[in-house]
Amino acid sequence: MVDVSRHDVVIVGGGGAGLRAAIAASELNPELSIALVSKVYPMRSHTISAEGGAAAIARDDDSLEMHGYDTVKGSDFLGDQDVIQYFVEQAPKELTRLEHWGCPWSRNEDGSVSTRAFGGMSTKRTWYATDKVGFHMLHTLFQTSMKFGNVVRYDEHFVSKLLVDGGACRGVAALDIRTGEMKAILGKAVILSTGGGGKVWPFTTNGNIKTGDGMSLAYREGVGLKDMEFVQYHPTGLPGTGILITEATRGEGGHLLNNEGERFLVSRDYGVGTKAELGPRDMISRAITQEIAAGRGVEIPGKIGRYAHLDLRHLGEEKIMARLPFVRELSKAYANVDPVHEPIPIRPVLHYMMGGVDTDIDAKTTLDGLYAAGETACVSLNGANRLGSNSLTECLVFGARAGEHATEYIKSVSVGEEGPFVQQAEAEAARIDALRGRQRGGEKIAKVREDMNTAMEDGTGVYREQASMAKAVTDIAELRQRFEQISLDDSSKIFNTELVAGLELDSMLDVAEAVTCAAVQRKESRGAHACSDYATRNDTEYLHHSMVYQSPEGPRFDKKEVTLGVWEPEERKY
Amino acid sequence: MSEKLKKTIIVTRFDPDKDEAPKTQSYEIEVEPDWKILEALNYIKDNIDPTLSHRWSCRMAVCGSCGMTVNGDPKLTCKDPMSNYGDTIEISPLANFPVVRDLVVELEGFMERFQEVKPWIMVAKERAVEEGTTRQSPEELADFKQFSMCINCMLCYSACPVVSNEPEFLGPAALALGHRYNQDTRDEGAHVRNEVFRSEGGLFSCSFANECSEVCPKSVNPSGAIQQAKVANVIDWATSFVVKRGEDVS
Repeated sequence: MVDVSRHDVVIVGGGGAGLRAAIAASELNPELSIALVSKVYPMRSHTISAEGGAAAIARDDDSLEMHGYDTVKGSDFLGDQDVIQYFVEQAPKELTRLEHWGCPWSRNEDGSVSTRAFGGMSTKRTWYATDKVGFHMLHTLFQTSMKFGNVVRYDEHFVSKLLVDGGACRGVAALDIRTGEMKAILGKAVILSTGGGGKVWPFTTNGNIKTGDGMSLAYREGVGLKDMEFVQYHPTGLPGTGILITEATRGEGGHLLNNEGERFLVSRDYGVGTKAELGPRDMISRAITQEIAAGRGVEIPGKIGRYAHLDLRHLGEEKIMARLPFVRELSKAYANVDPVHEPIPIRPVLHYMMGGVDTDIDAKTTLDGLYAAGETACVSLNGANRLGSNSLTECLVFGARAGEHATEYIKSVSVGEEGPFVQQAEAEAARIDALRGRQRGGEKIAKVREDMNTAMEDGTGVYREQASMAKAVTDIAELRQRFEQISLDDSSKIFNTELVAGLELDSMLDVAEAVTCAAVQRKESRGAHACSDYATRNDTEYLHHSMVYQSPEGPRFDKKEVTLGVWEPEERKY
Repeated sequence: MSEKLKKTIIVTRFDPDKDEAPKTQSYEIEVEPDWKILEALNYIKDNIDPTLSHRWSCRMAVCGSCGMTVNGDPKLTCKDPMSNYGDTIEISPLANFPVVRDLVVELEGFMERFQEVKPWIMVAKERAVEEGTTRQSPEELADFKQFSMCINCMLCYSACPVVSNEPEFLGPAALALGHRYNQDTRDEGAHVRNEVFRSEGGLFSCSFANECSEVCPKSVNPSGAIQQAKVANVIDWATSFVVKRGEDVS
């Protein structure tokens, strides 16, 4: 028998969006019981690794209109404009609340919150706490959440299934990693906030936990994944590890150089105009890729591939220590370079997924009782390319909205017959038990994962071709077959991380399927989806969101209209 | 690629499902010269022994998951270079914590202590969003910023001699965190936390061994925070007899 617990709202994922949802629901109704289920301790969530900042208007020379226009243009006109308007209006309120909760935002001399320049933003509107903004945001949210006695944490619990019956989602089945026991955590509403799935790719800024679990959980229940072909390559990742060097380096005045020491974004036409290093990420990543392809990449002894140089030397030690101390720490520890004295070798690195679980502006999915927010979700704020520093704010704005709407929704939900949900959790417990130490063919998790990584890098890189994308679709389908032949060696119930890695690989293969299948469908170039065979944007045929649904016959496709009406689509030039 | 180096990694193993007591297991591997300790463990898990259990995520010294004992010292393994060690490296779980399995330790005790110091802004009356942000000068920020940098990696608990002798002790990270909020100009809860600090296992259990600040991978200096907090606490305690407390904060 599985252990059954009952709550009002169940939140899956304890990062920025999940914690914000928990706080929003608690504030609205302190009587509610809120379950916060995370496969790690919340302060380990990957929100912690975000560095550069969070966007919201803060200065007299800024306006909601400007932040909105920058975001829609950055999205290559695929972002929903009602969502963008709501987002820019809420953004300053959310960052102000975070300030009231104690976030150590960096300050101007007069005591006001300081803002910095960021890619694709037309003025300084990126709030920052040196270069550890995700870290401070996550700790502030987690510590603030402890104030609320009604948030019940399930730390180190892996949610392996949504409990769905009669067309409604009423809880989750979760593996308690510590004991190996399965639990049914029931609620009247479930919020997914599990982040993205960067670990599907080999070279990523993402931590080990970013395996797309929430996207997969929804996908398996028939909920659509939206705009999955759009994945963001951040221009500046460290060699070998892919560790993120924040865009704030360029916001503070850093330069990108090729092997001739040339600022190629200034001297050559890469479409970013006078923005130069502060162009949007998709364009800068393509520029670096082209420089390397043209033979102007930097070689690093002992490292595969070619790189560009990120030069901060002219900023001086004082400014680097005041604004970018973590960048210096990371460069020294992981690239053996001190940016005060040497340029940092970097190359484009998989960073963020614009796509995710299809939701409306209220963070609601098409499955009754299921909500999603943050990188897991696609609302769609970011369209075909996210602007740097919009995603931390997105976690707050839509995390709060998910919490509020779920709280409103459950008022009309009566506690029904829980039998079917508990039975589902029992069946899931049997499935997980059978996986532990399961012997099948000769396949190994690490090998299947590595081959998936290779397929994704070959098929869905900075530049894509129809042929390589089609091959990736086939490769991922084959890997799905091979996954069934994996043998597991660890039969222990206690903290079985091999079992967890197997479940995560299962999630990642779902994400990989959706990404590759969606990518092949879009025969144009828009935002981060740069197709060599279809080099231009095609609004006539492709100004729509793409939808992928899982079905027994394989992925099913559909379209969804983009909400326009405020800003007319135009050519995206800077 | 660079020349690989041969290393012997000796890992402490313990599975309560199967073992009476911890044992060691040795792995002979070839490593890249620039690997960190964590990369060696991940290599072992992926290629040699999938049953090895350890925690990790960010691999960039910010999530705090991968603290372990390396050759007897508490280390953040994702930042700890292999090149600091010889041909043989011993890796065991953090000291002063119960072991769940292999290199994974029990954190529940810490999580409770963490909550005890009330690490959130306490005010008599919450500011409305419409009032905008609070003013805080760079100097006021600097008074607590360093103590807000803790990544909860637990190295300080592993190094602290008081933690090993006094189960009630709140410990370096929790005390530093409480002090971080006491020092924040936006907070009005210092006298509430100071009572927690004065209780058994609070500030005055600290014997100023300074081990916590020595091992901290983020230069938080919990020892310095505790010494500052002791002074503030004595003043707070003395004035509590002559000054009437204001409204309740929460």
